[in-house]
Amino acid sequence: MSVSADKMKPPIAPDTVTIEVDGRKLQARKGDMLIKVTDAAGIYIPRFCYHHKLSVAANCRMCLVDVEKVPKPMPACATPVMDGMVVHTRSEKARTAQKGTMEFLLINHPLDCPICDQGGECELQDLALGYGKSASRYTEVKRIVKDRDIGPLIATEMTRCIHCTRCVRFGQEIAGVMEFGGLGRGEHMEIRTFLNRSVDSELSGNVIDLCPVGALTSKPFRYTARTWELTDHPSISPHDCVGANITVQTLHGRVKRVLPRDNESVNECWLADRDRFSYEALNSDDRLRVPMIRRGTEWEETDWPTALEYTAAGLRKVLESHGPERLGALAAPISTSEELYLLQKFMRALGSGNVDHRLRQMDFSDDAMAPLFPSLGRPLAELSNLDSALLIGANPRKDQPLINLRLRKSALKGAKIFAVNPLDYDFSDKLAGKRVCTPVQMLQSLAGVVSALGALKKSALPAAFTALFGSIKPEALEQVMAQALLQGERGSVLLGTFALSHPQSASLRALAQLIAELSGARFGQLAEANAAGAWLAGCVPHRGPSGMNAKTGRHALDMLRKPLNAYLLFGMDLEFDCLDGSAANAMSTAEFVVMMTSFKPSPYRTRAVEYADVWLPLAPFTETDGTFVNAEGRSQSFAAAATPLGDSRPGWKILRMLGHLMGLTGFEQSQIEEVRQEMNQPTVNTASSPFSLPPGDPTMTPAAGQLMRLAEVPMYAIDPIVRRAPSLQLTADNPPPSARLNAGQADKLGFKGGETVQVVMSQGAARLDLVLDERVPDGCVLVFAGLPETAMLGAHGPATLKVVS
Amino acid sequence: MLKTFKRYLDTFLLYELLKGLMVTGRHLFMRKFTVQYPEEKTPISPRFRGLHALRRYPNGEERCIACKLCEAVCPAAAITIESEVRADGTRRTTRYDIDLFKCIYCGFCEESCPVDSIVETRFFEFHFENRGENVIHKEQLLAIGDKYEKQLAEDRAMDAKYR
Repeated sequence: MSVSADKMKPPIAPDTVTIEVDGRKLQARKGDMLIKVTDAAGIYIPRFCYHHKLSVAANCRMCLVDVEKVPKPMPACATPVMDGMVVHTRSEKARTAQKGTMEFLLINHPLDCPICDQGGECELQDLALGYGKSASRYTEVKRIVKDRDIGPLIATEMTRCIHCTRCVRFGQEIAGVMEFGGLGRGEHMEIRTFLNRSVDSELSGNVIDLCPVGALTSKPFRYTARTWELTDHPSISPHDCVGANITVQTLHGRVKRVLPRDNESVNECWLADRDRFSYEALNSDDRLRVPMIRRGTEWEETDWPTALEYTAAGLRKVLESHGPERLGALAAPISTSEELYLLQKFMRALGSGNVDHRLRQMDFSDDAMAPLFPSLGRPLAELSNLDSALLIGANPRKDQPLINLRLRKSALKGAKIFAVNPLDYDFSDKLAGKRVCTPVQMLQSLAGVVSALGALKKSALPAAFTALFGSIKPEALEQVMAQALLQGERGSVLLGTFALSHPQSASLRALAQLIAELSGARFGQLAEANAAGAWLAGCVPHRGPSGMNAKTGRHALDMLRKPLNAYLLFGMDLEFDCLDGSAANAMSTAEFVVMMTSFKPSPYRTRAVEYADVWLPLAPFTETDGTFVNAEGRSQSFAAAATPLGDSRPGWKILRMLGHLMGLTGFEQSQIEEVRQEMNQPTVNTASSPFSLPPGDPTMTPAAGQLMRLAEVPMYAIDPIVRRAPSLQLTADNPPPSARLNAGQADKLGFKGGETVQVVMSQGAARLDLVLDERVPDGCVLVFAGLPETAMLGAHGPATLKVVS
Repeated sequence: MLKTFKRYLDTFLLYELLKGLMVTGRHLFMRKFTVQYPEEKTPISPRFRGLHALRRYPNGEERCIACKLCEAVCPAAAITIESEVRADGTRRTTRYDIDLFKCIYCGFCEESCPVDSIVETRFFEFHFENRGENVIHKEQLLAIGDKYEKQLAEDRAMDAKYR
């Protein structure tokens, strides 16, 4: 029995056309551009200006092809396919046109490939080999374009520019800030920034990848290596909850460059500058290379066996004299899941549940009700196709740039995006509405949305809600938000970085969940770095790995506010990684403090030189195997890209050895796979509880004459690696420490801006310059956290400003 | 029979020995070709591939721009280069090492150099006295270049029309 071949074929969709390219019959969707169809079929057409993520410009003319019955060659990137079209990409006519274009492109190109960083990965160089002539016929003067300094990240050599305008289109269409533009015309056209400004976008590094020639190259990488000698290692970026896929390129075992790795469902082909340039810190002199022990006030270098013995002896002493409950471990959220898993296993095996990674959280009252891990609530890719979204205390543009990129896509498609924020954050897309208010008013604003939703749906609201917020009348904006969330089919309610560090984050979370529930939207949280991995690994005091029950203990804030006798600090600069910088005070009273850190604690920045007893050099993410779990719950494992610097060791090996030395069982893993296997247990369902509002923190409301201090961590101060990346520190996103007020508020308090003020909070005081910043709402003062100058101030809370005479 | 008898006669009359001695005698009075090395030397081609050197421009600026093409083309992986941005913004090497034990003197480095910086001189009589001296560094290479610059420039000029 035979079935005819025709019957086996899937039915052809009505909008499909058939074209012929170089003798091959291809199916294509009507209206698609020719180059898209040939790319999908694996037929290569040379191009410079076309990029699959950008709009069509058709200005380089390199993709000219020969279309039958058309007198002139057609650009493949701007020619829609039509039924029965016959295309030749390599006919005499097409080749002549392509070669002609190449000759014109090379007229003004300097041909300085030997000193050009793009050499070896240059599209122009590659295509010149195939389409260029060996000698030029052009004898006239070449065009020279003056270089302009456009910031610490991108090096320019604009004479090499071939005016493809990919960088211009990237700014307009993807990043949402038009920083580059084509100025002048004809021979005098120049790609440059307007008014000679620097390029400050948090995604600016992508233009380096987009530039088909060496006009825009990476400044930190400049002249340090050639592309062909680098070895590629696939890895994952640890800096935010996106889990961007990266390629780490090494030379002689040292990281030289980081590039994006395509993953359509995570980072597409983009990368935030933070992920791209943070590698600079990994080779810095700041790295701790050997274990060090403190003898009195002197630090001395030692070897691993001595350091580990010393650590184990110190821990044993505390365990014997005070018991395991007096021991606490804090881990930075940029640690890998395996490290976090072994850390909690180590602590729980010693008999202490005091282990936490939530260093910037202030409110832990809803721990018991928390889901398995802080999740986005939907796959990352779906953020590009939302109908509505409510961002609460979120600044995705700076905190999760690649999430903002997706939200912007939704906004461009007409999604209504709203924000309730304590600062008037700059979004690269237009918001449908925003409320900028004090942290307390944020709660009321959300309550307003809830009651508007209740009224719209005519449904009864939970008693716990009506008891507290029953009298709230929703404002017009809150009505609009409720309406949009209810109407949109795909909605998301997202809690951002500020919301999670809000002094009443539990209440915010409860209200946000209620909004999501009432409006049919999904609830999501944008937690830090590998926070999802930390929850799953059990690096939280109230829950074990995979949501299972385990020995419970104290949370991060509790461990620091009520000092313990010994601490294990894993991969952090305590003063800057905790929102409350005064946390270091707890260390001074501790008997024994172990620091596993990749970087030498510098006496100018942290007090670790005084309070720590032993420093163990920890290999950062590029030098260890590990796993990061992103906000959508995608677990991505990676292998080490480089060899550990000096004597540093991967965290999981250090913890395994420590466990062994302490005489604990279950620390016999010799391969990381064994740790992974042990860690990846089936997860336990944590049932969601009915709506309840935890009691608020009384310190929240500032007294008369006081301001609410907003402690925001600048995007390039969020973790120990980024903090030490010199080029990122030079960007505009790393503002000098200051106290920021809006002009009205400053006027009311009798300040004019520019003077030095004393910011006094309950934990300490700092002398800072006063800067007028219209983003700050009335009643608030913005003082950046995570900086040496402001570490002693503590977290969000009431603050008084005094003039310094 | 006659043949055997002739061979015996030649043997006993030392004919072959005399024949050989005649060759020796002829050469004794011929013009000699022996070169009295090291006092005398044979002529060397301008394309001779001896010890390496790094050249400078007439204004004293080093030619090398750290493009690393020589490092990439070297079949013996004898060249190691590290580069940086020099204070004046130009691309320069911080390290240019050649391991003369690894080097096979193929001349690919010279051929690949876009600025005629790495060259092979006519000098081939070098030796090492200590371990490690086989790796020569940038300063040594530049010094060799300075020493032979006149000859190198002449050689390159002579060969220019064939390149």
